[in-house]
Amino acid sequence: MTEFTLTKHDDGVAIITWDVPGKSMNVLTEQGIKDLKAAVDAANADDEIKGVVITSGKEGSFAAGADLNMLAGAVETFGDKPDEMFENTMQIHYVLRAIERNNMDPKTNKGGKPYAAALPGTALGGAYEVALATHRIFCAPNPKAKIGLPEIMVGVFPGGGGTTRMVRKFGIMAAAPYLLQGKTVSPDKALKAGLIDEVADDPVAAARAWVLSASDADILKPWDAKGYKMPGGMPYHPQGFQTMAGSIVMANGQSWGAFPAIQAILKAIYEGALVPFDTALKVEARWFQNVLLNPSSEAMIRTLFINKGALEKGANRPDVGDETVKKVGVLGAGMMGAGIAYVSAKAGIEVVLIDQTQEAADKGKSYSEGLLDKAISRKKSTPEKKEALLSKITASTDLELLKDVDLIVEAVFEDPGVKAEMTKKVEAIIPEDAIFASNTSTLPITGLAEASVRPEQFIGIHFFSPVDKMLLVEIIKGEKSGDRAVAKSLDFVRQIKKTPIVVNDARFFYANRCIIPSGNEAFRMIGEGVGLPLIENAGRLLGFPVGSLQLMDETSIDLAGRISRATMAQEGEDAVDPLTFKVIEYLEGKGRLGRKAKAGLYEYDEKGKRQGLWQGIHEEFPLAEDQPDVETVQHRLMLTQVLEAVRALEEGVLEDIREGDVGAVLGWGFAPWSGGPFGWLDITGPARVVEICDALEAAHGERFKAPALLREVAEKGETFYGRFAS
Amino acid sequence: MTEAYIYDAVRTPRGKGRKDGSLHEVTAVRLSSTVLNALKERNGMEDSSIEDVIWGNVHQVGEQGANIARTAVLQSNFGDVVPGVSVNRFCASALETVNMAANQVKGGDGDAYIAGGVESMSRVPMGSDGGAIAVDPSVAIAAYMVPQGISSDIIATEYGFTRDQADAMAVESQRRAALAWKEGRFGKSIIPVKDINGATILAHDEYIREGTTVEGLSGLKPSFKDLGETMPGFDQIAIMKYPHLEKINHIHHAGNSSGIVDGAAGILIGNKEFGEKYGLKPRARFKATAKIGSDPTIMLTGPVPVTEKILKRAGMTIGDIDLFEVNEAFASIVMRWEQAFDADHDKVNVNGGAIAMGHPMGATGAIILGTLLDEMERQDKETGLATLCIGAGMGSATIIERV
Repeated sequence: MTEFTLTKHDDGVAIITWDVPGKSMNVLTEQGIKDLKAAVDAANADDEIKGVVITSGKEGSFAAGADLNMLAGAVETFGDKPDEMFENTMQIHYVLRAIERNNMDPKTNKGGKPYAAALPGTALGGAYEVALATHRIFCAPNPKAKIGLPEIMVGVFPGGGGTTRMVRKFGIMAAAPYLLQGKTVSPDKALKAGLIDEVADDPVAAARAWVLSASDADILKPWDAKGYKMPGGMPYHPQGFQTMAGSIVMANGQSWGAFPAIQAILKAIYEGALVPFDTALKVEARWFQNVLLNPSSEAMIRTLFINKGALEKGANRPDVGDETVKKVGVLGAGMMGAGIAYVSAKAGIEVVLIDQTQEAADKGKSYSEGLLDKAISRKKSTPEKKEALLSKITASTDLELLKDVDLIVEAVFEDPGVKAEMTKKVEAIIPEDAIFASNTSTLPITGLAEASVRPEQFIGIHFFSPVDKMLLVEIIKGEKSGDRAVAKSLDFVRQIKKTPIVVNDARFFYANRCIIPSGNEAFRMIGEGVGLPLIENAGRLLGFPVGSLQLMDETSIDLAGRISRATMAQEGEDAVDPLTFKVIEYLEGKGRLGRKAKAGLYEYDEKGKRQGLWQGIHEEFPLAEDQPDVETVQHRLMLTQVLEAVRALEEGVLEDIREGDVGAVLGWGFAPWSGGPFGWLDITGPARVVEICDALEAAHGERFKAPALLREVAEKGETFYGRFAS
Repeated sequence: MTEAYIYDAVRTPRGKGRKDGSLHEVTAVRLSSTVLNALKERNGMEDSSIEDVIWGNVHQVGEQGANIARTAVLQSNFGDVVPGVSVNRFCASALETVNMAANQVKGGDGDAYIAGGVESMSRVPMGSDGGAIAVDPSVAIAAYMVPQGISSDIIATEYGFTRDQADAMAVESQRRAALAWKEGRFGKSIIPVKDINGATILAHDEYIREGTTVEGLSGLKPSFKDLGETMPGFDQIAIMKYPHLEKINHIHHAGNSSGIVDGAAGILIGNKEFGEKYGLKPRARFKATAKIGSDPTIMLTGPVPVTEKILKRAGMTIGDIDLFEVNEAFASIVMRWEQAFDADHDKVNVNGGAIAMGHPMGATGAIILGTLLDEMERQDKETGLATLCIGAGMGSATIIERV
């Protein structure tokens, strides 16, 4: 069975149906490109065929895009053979150009066959690029459909002619949101923007009628016509010059120069704009190949697509039956509890939201109301949906309402005593087979489970704040947590459409274990007199979405203080660097507790908007005469978290490096271009990282000592993915 | 080695580089030939004695394209035997042509040259020659390219210059330029631009604003703030390059940056025999020349390293130099140079500079060298140094000594 099938009809229309066997949604594969070529060649050679409609055999969608595994495979197959890889990359262009130009006389531009795309719904990436090569795009009025080119989000760019065609169709300025930011839109918006040509209830019928009536002029692309002028001007046209120069600054500036794919697509756009269309396709192919060969794109595809998807599909789920959550009890209606209630109700789960007073419980529920009102004002929701969602949440003080829940998520005050008391009270009411999960960010699960009469049904589910926005959920297995507890948690996370990682119980679990030392390192550097902008910008230049100092202000300085004091109480005075603690205490003493206090490492205006870094700190910690270079600052911020990830793996807290990487990128925005700490280690090279560690250890102390595992991987010339990827 | 001497230096007045500027009606070729004709007339040399006309020009398109040096020669009173070559070292183009001519004379490649340059900024505006540097991402990204105005503000931020200091410098430039004109200090060099019938079109630098005050400048909007902070946001590129900076302090505006003007200038350079043959008295000899490349983002700090380099090459210290011309592309460029050498502003740009009189890019190098020589003669000083900052991160310098 082929992935693209050509069917001739009596009216002279041939339908090419895209239907990849065994998939719910099509993806463009290597075989698919061959099959599409065969179908197009056959149609072009057949005089009885007057026009061609390309559609999908899948209900509600055209295709999700190129098979990213294929792209990863191309690097493996051709990585060291640039000529062959280029020819391989060009294959899609040959096919799509055969659709676009088919039998047209290159001089008169006459005699071609009309091709139309009939999209039942979603057409993303490579799929939209196929449609873009046809002469007219019809799409069903499918509100769930997404149209666009999101490639840049996983570290590549549209390499199936999408870059070249979008720039020529819309100009650099108008194409930029789609190419440089990966914007995707609904069919309605795609129609307005000109990404598609018609919305039709029956896109195949409409496309069919169109190909039979299309004239030579209808099927001539502007860029193939004489006298073509690029919208907005070419790069050396006065207006185009401004646009090109401005696009470089904006795209590279907004991404802090940390994303190779953004730089590569800018180069493909510029160089392609200056040459004829077919040459531009070659230019696009060369830069696309260049990006595929960049280890960053491999790492991004691996983490943000392949492994994220695998974890969401339950790669590490124990083999137990369905544990879909029907009714969840959320204990504590504070910020976290309210957020958990919202995402649960949104997923269609019944929620009982408990707090000590009815007022507090209601306030927790009103959080959902606020979010929904905002969504309605932005036309992202409707009053009906709001009512439906709110009706799923019962806000109460009555623990008896928990008698038929199958999952508890406890989000009460972060105090072992309070939590133990709640556990006992609630376990007495809930069904015997219900799972009890504690949403704690700092307290060991094994300890909390001691309050439970059913510790094998007790587990940690660590949500990040704000719950409705953050993509990651960290599931923590206590010593006695059983498979059902893990499966229940994973099924719950899948229901609320977040990405799970499962880790073993240890101080601060995984995410906080990595974030806290890096934040402490930033405080320490302040203490040493390193300039605040240098610390902040060093992190941004690594691709972190917020700088360390901003992060400290957002999470609050007093939280850092509490964590430090708790750490010292439990692990001894030496467990927190004295200079780090001095800086934290100084800020606390000045009442500069972060954004919530409208004063922290930043200064804020009345509304809490950041105004600039607080230079007043240098009164206590004067700016050092000799400032470190940015690379050293980056290494200090980076290694403090990366080494924790390695230690977590070494100690068995992490069981799967994929979780370590996905968790880091989704959980705290770890340099996405690197694919995560282990991706960063592999890209930088374990041997080089050991050198960096040795130098930092000598200059700054033991915390930079390379863990034995890292040293071993380096000495053996291995990589982390080479050794640990399953 | 053969010595190279300056025998004459002339320039046109500078017209406002706008459609209502006096020189807007005059072609760049005619500005150039005006200078060439003046040098020929004033010095009486035979055409065959001129080995080459080396002409600086930045925007070599339109009427300034296709080798404006040879084009100007063909329009001038020089005969066909005089060749011409166009040179682009951005803002230091004309100093570069002078240095090339001097070094070719020193090397024995001919007896005499005319070096200089032209820029009609009103007729061939900035940016009209395109160029890959800002727009080809393979260059712009790797070099962290920002416009020069942003660079001048980065210098102010990095080296701690305030808007008030820059404005005070601008006011002083205006005061000095006005005084110099009043006292006729440019009289030796100025060649009025005349029409084809001999009527005068412009005889003075018309960009000067006499009586400029710090208060008067204080109302001017920073020129590069929007480009830097909003669209397209060049400050971000600056911060990526210099992450120790939190934000860029935008202090430059139309009043403390060089003026956009039209103008041309030329210098007659020859060996000893050339002067003897035509009975010309050498005014100065070339002690040393130098050029450097530097960081392209902060871009305009080149005068500092090129001064260090040329002093070393000449076996001199900063104290050995009597007078300086440091092109006033932006106030911060001169301030940075003076800061680096702890220089006395009384010895720098004594008769004002490009902030007051304008900076016709392709000509300025020859203008400031001529101005320097005139002032050395007026004050009876021995040694002078001229230097300019240059786009994309370069610097150029010349040391001359009176003979």
